[in-house]
Amino acid sequence: MAGNDNTPARPGFRGWLNKRLPVDAFLKGHLTEYYAPKNFNFWYFFGSLALLVLVMQLLTGIFLTMHYKVGELTAFDSVEYIMREVPYGWLLRYLHSTGASAFFIVVYLHMFRAFLYGSYKQPRELLWLFGMVIYLALMAEAFMGYVLPWGNMSFWGAQVIVNLFGTIPVIGPGLVEWIRGDYGIADATLNRFFSLHVVAVPLVLLLLVTLHLVALHEVGSNNPDGVEIKGKKGADGKPLDGIPFHPYYTLKDIVGVGVFLMLFCVVVFFVPTFGGIFLEHANFELANPMSTPEHIAPVWYFTPFYAILRAIPDQQLGALAMALSLVCLVLVPWLDRSPVKSTRYRGWIWKTALALFVVAFIGLGYIGLKAPSPLFTLMGRVFSVVYFAFFVLMPWYTKIDPVKPVPERVTHEKH
Amino acid sequence: MRSIETVMHRNLSGRVARIAAGLLAGLAFVLAPSAYAAEEKAAEGHESHGVDWQGWKAGNQINDTGSLQRGASNFMNYCFGCHSLKYMRYERMAKDLKISEEQLRKNLLPAAAKTTDYILASFPKAEAEAWFGRQPPDLSLITRSKGSDYVFQFLKGFYVDESKSTKTDNLALPGAAMPAVLSDLEGVKRVVFGHGESAHGGKNVERFEEVQAGALTPAQYDGFVRDTVNFLQYVGEPSQVDRVSIGIWAILFLMVFTGFAWMLKKEYWKDVH
Repeated sequence: MAGNDNTPARPGFRGWLNKRLPVDAFLKGHLTEYYAPKNFNFWYFFGSLALLVLVMQLLTGIFLTMHYKVGELTAFDSVEYIMREVPYGWLLRYLHSTGASAFFIVVYLHMFRAFLYGSYKQPRELLWLFGMVIYLALMAEAFMGYVLPWGNMSFWGAQVIVNLFGTIPVIGPGLVEWIRGDYGIADATLNRFFSLHVVAVPLVLLLLVTLHLVALHEVGSNNPDGVEIKGKKGADGKPLDGIPFHPYYTLKDIVGVGVFLMLFCVVVFFVPTFGGIFLEHANFELANPMSTPEHIAPVWYFTPFYAILRAIPDQQLGALAMALSLVCLVLVPWLDRSPVKSTRYRGWIWKTALALFVVAFIGLGYIGLKAPSPLFTLMGRVFSVVYFAFFVLMPWYTKIDPVKPVPERVTHEKH
Repeated sequence: MRSIETVMHRNLSGRVARIAAGLLAGLAFVLAPSAYAAEEKAAEGHESHGVDWQGWKAGNQINDTGSLQRGASNFMNYCFGCHSLKYMRYERMAKDLKISEEQLRKNLLPAAAKTTDYILASFPKAEAEAWFGRQPPDLSLITRSKGSDYVFQFLKGFYVDESKSTKTDNLALPGAAMPAVLSDLEGVKRVVFGHGESAHGGKNVERFEEVQAGALTPAQYDGFVRDTVNFLQYVGEPSQVDRVSIGIWAILFLMVFTGFAWMLKKEYWKDVH
């Protein structure tokens, strides 16, 4: 096979191939000779798990698309057809619907890890930005996917969320009509959401995930100590505290995959609707413009932002606050002025702020699921203030925070 | 937006408890089939004044084939006159419920229907509109959208109300267009209402008064409704029994897989210092 004029670097097919495609170089650069810090902990499982869920969503999505029939007259029935008459169609559907929630759980934990160890700080700002755009694309993907079964919550959820764009001054009303493709949420809306959900956004997601990984491998992974392992290299030029991603982290991540899939399967097989949180009860009724569900709430992963929207009495300002709450997240690498990356070596001010932020975020998520009440409105406002204060005051409190000395090398106990 | 938000409220802590109980109930499914009712039990435990009709639990067991068969028979005899199960085929139902083709043809299948047909009521649309003012809803997904307990409460919730065109009303669905078609079995009852609202925000029922006894005792009628609800829950998701039994194998496999993966990881990581 290697019958070329030039002698290949390696004999046989592999040599032939590598002369034409840098397979070995790629595997070396990204796996066998990509050095990752040896002190990764629990929080470092969620990147690879996010990739796993993405692949799972793509695969189950492909098979669901084979049976799903887009259109306001056929969508709902075709989902029930999948649930009943397609062999293991119920499994495909539950894997996909649970996968959507799992994706957000994994991504939120992945993002929390970044806060915990300062993974967005210099030189990883661009990595963080790619991650944020992935998060936004994921929200769009999940929202449009939720509309596809054309249940009553699909319809009214779409109504509420698309109308948010109507609060934008001047262009709002026209924009909403342009998004819907009709004067209301209708067949045209369903069709374009299908197109975006199965083609456009997944392509964007794949591209962004690739960029996220390329950017990660360019700067190298952060770690729980926030120490740059590239700063301490051995005589052989390899980081002293680094280990090849493969086999060490591939094998470690497979253990993580096993544990994750066990929890995932408990939901898929035993509580697939998760008590009406992952699949809402009202969505087992066909979309009906004449009948509003008794309580419209977006799916749980949007509820923190939905609670911020509702915390403000004015709808236009509420929508603005909701948009700003996402902008704040994007700006974090430039808001955090601490000289130290990892929470391990930061002071009590940062630790308190981060803890309050987590409480506020979870609190907002809980309130967003519930119907409004005076108490919840008050709590929603308090948590919203905490949410924004965390970001707005960050440049100040990260500067005065009493930090501890950061060690030269990563801390690692042999397991 | 405002109008959407001013809406009824659902007890979320109850929902969380249900999820937790659901997780446990799922796992307990193999160990003790009867433990499946744990989900219902966990949701109970609130005080009630008078009759806590919103606390009535269906208490049905989805893996009880006898109950499902009785429920199918109840449905075909009492509900099928008006209500369809448009996503369900006779054949699939018979197979899942271990009903032989002979029994299906003899007892359940309408004369004009084929075994591969969907379970569609032959009630004429125009007459339904004229009699009830609306189409009787398809019941394929009723337990999924409203819950099995709701259907249980609905079927036990009819009471005399002379002001209504049907001469009855329903606790679970006030203003229901459906007449009390099961009154021959249940009997006829009047409701003495208490003041205000019940603990769950519905009508506060002080007590029931029997107007006319039915063919079944209260306990028998509860059993009748429970079987019917059980059948409707099966119809809501026909693969739910399979789902649980496959899930157990999936998780056992993952336990073994994860065990080996962990040992392999440990072996490789020996040389990381």
